[in-house]
Amino acid sequence: MDKLAAHFWNGCAAGELRYQRCRACAAPQSYPRAFCLRCGGADLEWRTGRGRGTVYAWTRVERAPSDEFRALAPYLIVLVDLDEGYRMMGHGAAPLAIGERVRAGFFEHGGRHLPRFYKD
Amino acid sequence: MAYLTGAGDTPFGRLEDSTPLTLMAQAANAALADAGLVRADIDGLLCAYATTLPHLMLSTVFAEYYGLQPDYAHALQLGGATGCAMVMLARELVDAGRCREVLVVAGENRLSGHKRDAAVQTLAQVGHADYEVPFGATIPAYYALLASRYMHEYGISEADLAEFAVLMRRHAAAHPGAHLKEMISVADVLASKAIAAPLKLLDCCPISDGAVALVVSRERRGGSGVRIAGAGQAHLHQHVSSIASVSDLGARRAAALAMAEAGIGLADIDYLGIYDSFTITLLILLEEIGLAARGEAAARLRSGDFAAQGKLALNTHGGLLSYGHCGVAGGMAHMAEAQRQLAGKAGPRQAGERHCALVHGDGGVLSSHVSLILQRDG
Repeated sequence: MDKLAAHFWNGCAAGELRYQRCRACAAPQSYPRAFCLRCGGADLEWRTGRGRGTVYAWTRVERAPSDEFRALAPYLIVLVDLDEGYRMMGHGAAPLAIGERVRAGFFEHGGRHLPRFYKD
Repeated sequence: MAYLTGAGDTPFGRLEDSTPLTLMAQAANAALADAGLVRADIDGLLCAYATTLPHLMLSTVFAEYYGLQPDYAHALQLGGATGCAMVMLARELVDAGRCREVLVVAGENRLSGHKRDAAVQTLAQVGHADYEVPFGATIPAYYALLASRYMHEYGISEADLAEFAVLMRRHAAAHPGAHLKEMISVADVLASKAIAAPLKLLDCCPISDGAVALVVSRERRGGSGVRIAGAGQAHLHQHVSSIASVSDLGARRAAALAMAEAGIGLADIDYLGIYDSFTITLLILLEEIGLAARGEAAARLRSGDFAAQGKLALNTHGGLLSYGHCGVAGGMAHMAEAQRQLAGKAGPRQAGERHCALVHGDGGVLSSHVSLILQRDG
């Protein structure tokens, strides 16, 4: 895992949803990079979001890819549009529908703290 | 001018004791025979990749194994769009005068060559390693996310999706090489095992062993040639999390470029070879390209338009959903079938006289799009 991804996942372990925002053009971005996807600038800051957003898409995984995730199945995977203006993947607490307001929580699984979105 | 002068394939399904190289050789033999060529005629070779034979130089591994010494060779990787991308490139090579006869070949023992879970896990890696794969996502899950949103926006039901699985199975039943031939109903699809809601087992293509080879030539050969009249690509995202809009995934852009190059419009097309890794893939591609209005693809199917004798015969070999999916060759089977239909060589499956085909491949999660226009010449 690179340093940027480690910073995101360390945030999850601390109960924070961290994201990057460009200091020059104020664009947030959905996964961290060394530059701003909109303006190309390199002056990015890390922020901690409020963890609130709207469900863009969801699925319930029944056929898990590994033993580790079979223990959890079925589980919801969601794409959430965060209020800060970016989209991310996470787990979801059933039942959820498209357009529903959610807030982020975290749960430990396989040595990681995974974001899970709950009905707000 | 570039022509698709040869098409060859193996049956798809469980082919014990096969390897990517044995399968590719078998398909290459058939394609060369179809084109009336021998190995020494091949001066260009394009290969793809095989998850059961990861190698830095698959094209020259195959060239040495098969006994080719081409002037031009390399492999190319674009997921499910690789086959269409290879044929597009072969056309450029031929048009540029670089090659005369290009062999395009892919094959893989994706079913028998992987242990349980391995294929699923390998394929899931098209997801983002740091921000998607850690959630226990799978390829069906990525497509299911897309499906949930698209169905929400355009009012599509699970029964609408199921119709496409049923149609592909009906077409596969007429092909001796198809992986899945047992007839199914919409009710069977809806009752099949849940995989990643809203997708069920029969909304998903199987994993197969198999290979397909095509020959792209500078000169037309035989009675009726099949010309590669246009090609186009579009690449708007890689990961499902980065999709800006489920209504603009790249398919329309790629098809528009291909049609403009061929100097044709949608109304000129009478055969379709459309990538169908999942039922939702097929439905979205048909609607985005404009072959059916938004939310209307299933209605168009029910009216008979996509049947073998319909106005827009669709994947008459059975597609990935039923002919089978062995990786890159799975998407090439659509081209092999389109070539045969246009040349009038599809035998009992011949869907009347067809003049103009649109073949479309997508890789990733509707991420990479390649469209080709094939036209009957003479």
